[in-house]
Amino acid sequence: MKPGFVFQLAWRESRKARRRLLLLVGSVTAGVAALVAINGFTENLQVSVAEQAQAMLGADLELGSRQPFSERVESLVDTLLTGTPPGRKAAVTSFAGMAYVGRTEGARLVQVRAVEPGYPFYGSITTEPAGRWGNLALGGRTLVDGALLAALGARVGDTLSLGEGRFLIDGVVTNVPGDVGVTSAFGPRVYIPAADLEATGLVRFGSRVDYDLYLKLPDAAVAQEIASKYRLSLRGERVRIETVEDDREDLTDALTRLGNYLGLVALIALLLGGLGVASATHLFIRQKLDTIAVLRCLGATARQVFLAYLVQALAMGALGSLVGATLGVLVQQTLPLLVADLLPVDVEISIAPRAVLLGIALGVWVATVFALLPLLAVRRVSPLVTLRRATETTSSRRDPVAWGAALLLAASVVGLASVQVGSLRDGAVFAGGVGAVVLVLWLSALGLSKGIRRWFPSGLPYLWRQGLANLYRPANQTVTVVLALGFGAFLLSTLFLVQHNLLREFRLGGTEVVRPNLMFFDIQPDQAGPLSDLLETGGFESPPMVPIVPMRILSVDDRPVTRGRVPDDDPLDDPAVDSVEADSASGPRPIGGWAARREYRSTYRSGLTDTERLVSGEWWDSTAATWDPGTPARISVETDVARELGVELGSSIVWDVQGVQIPSRVTSLREVNWNRFQTNFFVVFEPGPLDRAPQMLVSLTRVDSAAARGALQRRVAERFPNVSAIDLAQVQQAIEGILDKAVLAVRFLALFSLAAGVIVLLGAITTARLERLREGVLLKTLGATRRQVLWILVAEYVAIGVLAATVSIVLSSTAGWALAKWVFEAPYRLPALSLVGLTGVIVGVTLFVGLVSGAEVLKRPPLEVLRTET
Amino acid sequence: MTQPMLLSEGLTQTYLSGGRELTVLNNITFEVERGGFVAIVGPSGSGKTTLLGLLAGLDRPSAGRVVLDGHDLADLSEDDRARLRSEKVGFVFQSFHLISTLTARENVQVPLELRGEPAEARAEELLERVGLGGRSHHYPTQLSGGEQQRVALARAFAARPQILFADEPTGNLDAKTGAGIVELMMELNRELGTTLVLVTHDPELAGKARRIIRLADGAVVEDHATA
Repeated sequence: MKPGFVFQLAWRESRKARRRLLLLVGSVTAGVAALVAINGFTENLQVSVAEQAQAMLGADLELGSRQPFSERVESLVDTLLTGTPPGRKAAVTSFAGMAYVGRTEGARLVQVRAVEPGYPFYGSITTEPAGRWGNLALGGRTLVDGALLAALGARVGDTLSLGEGRFLIDGVVTNVPGDVGVTSAFGPRVYIPAADLEATGLVRFGSRVDYDLYLKLPDAAVAQEIASKYRLSLRGERVRIETVEDDREDLTDALTRLGNYLGLVALIALLLGGLGVASATHLFIRQKLDTIAVLRCLGATARQVFLAYLVQALAMGALGSLVGATLGVLVQQTLPLLVADLLPVDVEISIAPRAVLLGIALGVWVATVFALLPLLAVRRVSPLVTLRRATETTSSRRDPVAWGAALLLAASVVGLASVQVGSLRDGAVFAGGVGAVVLVLWLSALGLSKGIRRWFPSGLPYLWRQGLANLYRPANQTVTVVLALGFGAFLLSTLFLVQHNLLREFRLGGTEVVRPNLMFFDIQPDQAGPLSDLLETGGFESPPMVPIVPMRILSVDDRPVTRGRVPDDDPLDDPAVDSVEADSASGPRPIGGWAARREYRSTYRSGLTDTERLVSGEWWDSTAATWDPGTPARISVETDVARELGVELGSSIVWDVQGVQIPSRVTSLREVNWNRFQTNFFVVFEPGPLDRAPQMLVSLTRVDSAAARGALQRRVAERFPNVSAIDLAQVQQAIEGILDKAVLAVRFLALFSLAAGVIVLLGAITTARLERLREGVLLKTLGATRRQVLWILVAEYVAIGVLAATVSIVLSSTAGWALAKWVFEAPYRLPALSLVGLTGVIVGVTLFVGLVSGAEVLKRPPLEVLRTET
Repeated sequence: MTQPMLLSEGLTQTYLSGGRELTVLNNITFEVERGGFVAIVGPSGSGKTTLLGLLAGLDRPSAGRVVLDGHDLADLSEDDRARLRSEKVGFVFQSFHLISTLTARENVQVPLELRGEPAEARAEELLERVGLGGRSHHYPTQLSGGEQQRVALARAFAARPQILFADEPTGNLDAKTGAGIVELMMELNRELGTTLVLVTHDPELAGKARRIIRLADGAVVEDHATA
């Protein structure tokens, strides 16, 4: 016979069953749509980043440091800018400070950026009213985030106080290239001219300041070359260097990785769809047994029949993928609305051909691979079935081709995931996770149907027994429905649990111990007394202020801290300047790494706080008065940092505290709960050694009403302009806002999985519909009322729904716990009430879909049973 | 005077087909006494199955009425008719119509369960009675046609119906098996006093009834007792 026969057969054979085949189409649609949407969006993002990279940096090169640039660095910069035409530079100094508007008496912690004229060299900062950016250089004015005006109740034209400085609010900044919108939630940005920085008096000892220098090189093409030449030596000066290319690469990498992982959520939707394809095909073939047997009787070969049905599956997969891709392109247009605030670039959405093609290819592939296994059964249908249905039970011997198909299926899942994540290992881990969840769901479903059969609750009323018995009877849908529904529910509830637990950490516990919710920092020692007085006269508690002493490590156990791997011919080297490296050649092996090089902000006190726990060693029992200046200071180190530094009890660390060497010995190790709103430290000194060191203070207090907190901040801002305040409620809001937005995007994609799950559910129910219809109508003929038939359906779907919900919630609770323990390292608690609610929703969805598709059973008049012939 | 088990009065059924009114049954009137055994015969398309459906309350007539054991079906809702069936009516179909996902015993239990009566022992007993004692856990696909019809018969008699409607009960069976089924039906009819209404186009089967009602083109053309 001609190959055309296969296609003809495939087409003609589909006529009567197109409605059911459409479910096959629907199964892959949701997954392909989600994949095309997220991958297309990621592609758009990459293009936008590439296009806007230069504007995002605003310069050819950026040098950044936590301390003012050294002379060595300054002279290097001058050399770099020499040329024709000469290059240009602009410094931006950033720090946190209190902004205060006298007219409205509004005070708010802000991120101040003092900018020199010229910045940015590329791209532009837009303002409202337009064109005010250039006026900044005129001095005495400021441009602020819109959010600040809202927070302070201020408007353009008001006077803004920053420390001792006064600025005219000249306009609102509407767009800054490279800025992530949500960061303004932590502190709205306030731009001031660099020339006015001194006047604010805010950059004092101990303030945390970022110094950035933006360079426009005479020849932009050599930026990358310069960066690689000087990167290591600059690291020695605690200066990092960044180019447009670095920026672009980092961002592209990060965003691509993010996109890839979000794509996994979409992939789950597609795999669920594959499950739907498999189950629909399986039941479809069952109902086609007679047809297949007749075809075989008439002389069609097993291969031809198999191919005909495979062609059907392929065609449906392709159709579903096309529909899905179209839908995906539409969804792609809406994604920016969800994530715009989280992205540093303005994304221009356009159809991404690669994502569309990949989505369609994956859709067709998944449909084919998942249909293959049940389709193979077609080859084994005996023509004898035409004579006697009972022979339908094909021999139980395992089909080697079926093993091959199963292997192909497993390999495909690993392959698809690896392609999506871009890593075989992560792909395999993902596939393993999906496999484990599917396995647990499958075993639970199997256990349920076997268990109900074994320990049948014969005490229940008949209708319930009838409904429950449907769970294990031939052609039951228990496994498919539990898998489809359970997986979608598992995803959504895991997301919910993670989000819930992360947020809970930041919330103020209503019944918990009263914790501070307002923090004042950058308090100079001479302000401590007056500030305490101010708090106490206001009726607020004023616990002892916490001193903070900035310091760096000079050596650990006599091993000096390197400034990174420095090449022999340091291009920065100037014989006039001494460097620590000079000793490193002869002395013990130097130590490096982030923990050794970072700036420590340590404190000293006589006791432990309630967020700390001593894990080894002994706490000191001393006061400043008992300290012997001849001995090394005793210190307690946080366990993680101790591990990074490689120190243990008894290790010695020499500190550089503003040029003074302070030797110390580790006498205890502590664990710290960083999630509390509290001042926590990596290193705590015993009282005494640091008493006279340059320091600043932090004060924590609790003010219950938001209005009173605002008022207190205003009063402090007026009296102590350099002191900043953090309002915990605002921090919480900011964190929740960001988390909500991030979770929204993931949840949005997870919804596709649920949609795919519902389609699969619908498919499973519809495919078993004929069976149910016959059964229901027969029951009515035999005297069952509609109510009785309805109750049987209700019992069945409630049982399935409860099982799917329970298993998926148990699974997601475990997954959530694992994530909390190993990824977020946060304590974990189950929100019981919400989980019960979730169970209700899942059961409701199952029942709804089940009853909607079962409605026909109730409507059909019983007479039809006499008319329908099998 | 005793009330008849079944009364059909001026029963008429018309359908709209292609814009034309099609009369399937035209003014059918007859009575069936309790414990009677009536065969309704006629060629294909004469309206036999439609009549059976109306008599059993599976459908509503265009005109006329059916009174089943004193209940005018026209006064009853669909669910009330279902309840009436569960109490008084049994069915046997040409294509058996067992519920394929239920075992033989479970199929027999259905009418009893719907009425909330103890079912298991009775079902076993009936299966024993129709000669399928050892097959109660088999699914319909595991049974031959004759066996399936015997299960259907057991189901039909499970709730001790006062009237049994049979639609070509032997139509899908060979002569020998068919005869066995009819024997069984008649035995049960005698034992339990059940009224039998049988639709068939098989003259031999009809000959076993005590009365034959012959339909042609939707009307009764003959109604006589057999010898």
